Amino acid sequence: MFDLFYKLTGSEIVSGVIISLLPLFLFILPFALFAVLLERKVSAHMQDRLGPMRVGYHGIFQTIADILKLIQKEDIVAKDNDKFLFNLAPIIVFTGSYAAFAVIPFSSYFIGSNINLGIFYIVAITSLAVVGILMAGWASNNKYSLLGSMRSVAQIISYEIPTILVILSIVMITGTMNLNTLSEMQTGYFWNWLIFGGPGLSLTKFLLIPFMFIGFLIIYISTLAEVNRTPFDIPEAESELVSGYHTEYSGMKFAMFFLSEYANMFAVSAIVVALFLGGYQSPVGYLGDLFNAPWLIPIEQFFWFTVKGVSFVFVQMWLRWTLPRLRVDQLMTTSWKYLIPIAFFNLIIIGIITLL
Amino acid sequence: MKEYFGNIFTALYTIFVGMKITFKHLFVPSVTIQYPTVKPQLPERERNRLYVNIDDCIGCDQCARACPVSCITIETVKALPGEDLGKTSNGKKKALWIPSFQIDFAKCCYCQLCVFPCPTECIYMTDVYEFSELERGNLIYNFSTLTLEEKQEKRDNLAKFNAEKEAEKLKAASAPKPEIKKDQQEEK
Repeated sequence: MFDLFYKLTGSEIVSGVIISLLPLFLFILPFALFAVLLERKVSAHMQDRLGPMRVGYHGIFQTIADILKLIQKEDIVAKDNDKFLFNLAPIIVFTGSYAAFAVIPFSSYFIGSNINLGIFYIVAITSLAVVGILMAGWASNNKYSLLGSMRSVAQIISYEIPTILVILSIVMITGTMNLNTLSEMQTGYFWNWLIFGGPGLSLTKFLLIPFMFIGFLIIYISTLAEVNRTPFDIPEAESELVSGYHTEYSGMKFAMFFLSEYANMFAVSAIVVALFLGGYQSPVGYLGDLFNAPWLIPIEQFFWFTVKGVSFVFVQMWLRWTLPRLRVDQLMTTSWKYLIPIAFFNLIIIGIITLL
Repeated sequence: MKEYFGNIFTALYTIFVGMKITFKHLFVPSVTIQYPTVKPQLPERERNRLYVNIDDCIGCDQCARACPVSCITIETVKALPGEDLGKTSNGKKKALWIPSFQIDFAKCCYCQLCVFPCPTECIYMTDVYEFSELERGNLIYNFSTLTLEEKQEKRDNLAKFNAEKEAEKLKAASAPKPEIKKDQQEEK
């Protein structure tokens, strides 16, 4: 992709800028617009309501209208806010979630940066959001905001551990941290996906299957907690903390928090998909192979990746409208007493199996 | 240890039960009524905005007296002996002009108490409930059909008639008795 733009423009800087902005305008913004609408529609239909119905057919342009409204809104900064940190926080939070998209392989031809430390980079860079959230809570000079951000930081740090342990077990099996290589390994049909023990037909594959399922569940739960979604949404618990760390934000700064929340939702789904569900690989083979049209394959890969990612985002929404919020102590119990020990045992067992 | 795994099992099991229920509801038809385009079905005897069929009104003032919040104001002018105001739909003879029949819907409490006393059933509840206004004054509805000139004319007519009668009375004070009787009958 970079080479293509390099040939077209003849400048490394220009093509670099283009390739770094491409996922934002091609994917994150449309996805956020779509996901906000999907969230509202899913929540509405799960509660036997209709959701937005006025703007366009069944309200499909509702989020565009909302964005237009947010742009026009006054940007309120309260008197006692720490102005510098207050303005910086949404940018940092958004940077953290946007930077994760740099290494996500949308298809074999479209990956921002094909670095060997892919998954490690994601783990590192998504932690940047913690700083932004704490900054937002502190700079707001509001007890609810500060409480929310402190909870959020405690939560994200706790849940990073089971996530990393599961990622570690995957790295042990595959021997690579490169997300593109990881996706390429799981090529072929869906039984080659890592959730079904990875490619090949050996004894280890079948031994791995139950532990991969456990790992999948753990990483799904803990990434859900990392992006502060219900049932782990205690940082913004609207019934107790008004709105957590974005209580004091309005207008486009609030929109940035919102955008980064939805970008994060897709980012963690994408990580789960890339690690366990074959990344951009099709579960049933490609039409491009069938019709002998190689140019079709990247498009299909992009399609499959988006479908898998969005379906996991849908499950996140589904969970949100099913489960009540956890208490702070329950949240910590879930992480430290359940997820982390299980993830550890899972890691050890997978390690032993891979040694076989 | 048993409790530990029991907890895990219960957590996962209950989550799946909950998810099954919410997923089912995804396909349940919604109960929302799209209000301004689709109006909800109101009950048969709903109480909403009043309407006065002024052609049937005999100006008896019973509704105004029944109103607990005094939102109905009726002004009546007697008809002259020669004038024929016609009959109401249930056969009552009308004897009063009604220059003003005002209902203030800002005050109205929609109790329907004014509807029952009406002898000609000319005041009744309709099914209209969308009549919000930006100015409070616009909520005062005037049901009288007479124009301003007509109202003035009726008032003047009556005043003139009364003045004539007064004059006649003064004249009759010296005249013989039967003539006064005749006058009184006419007045009735």
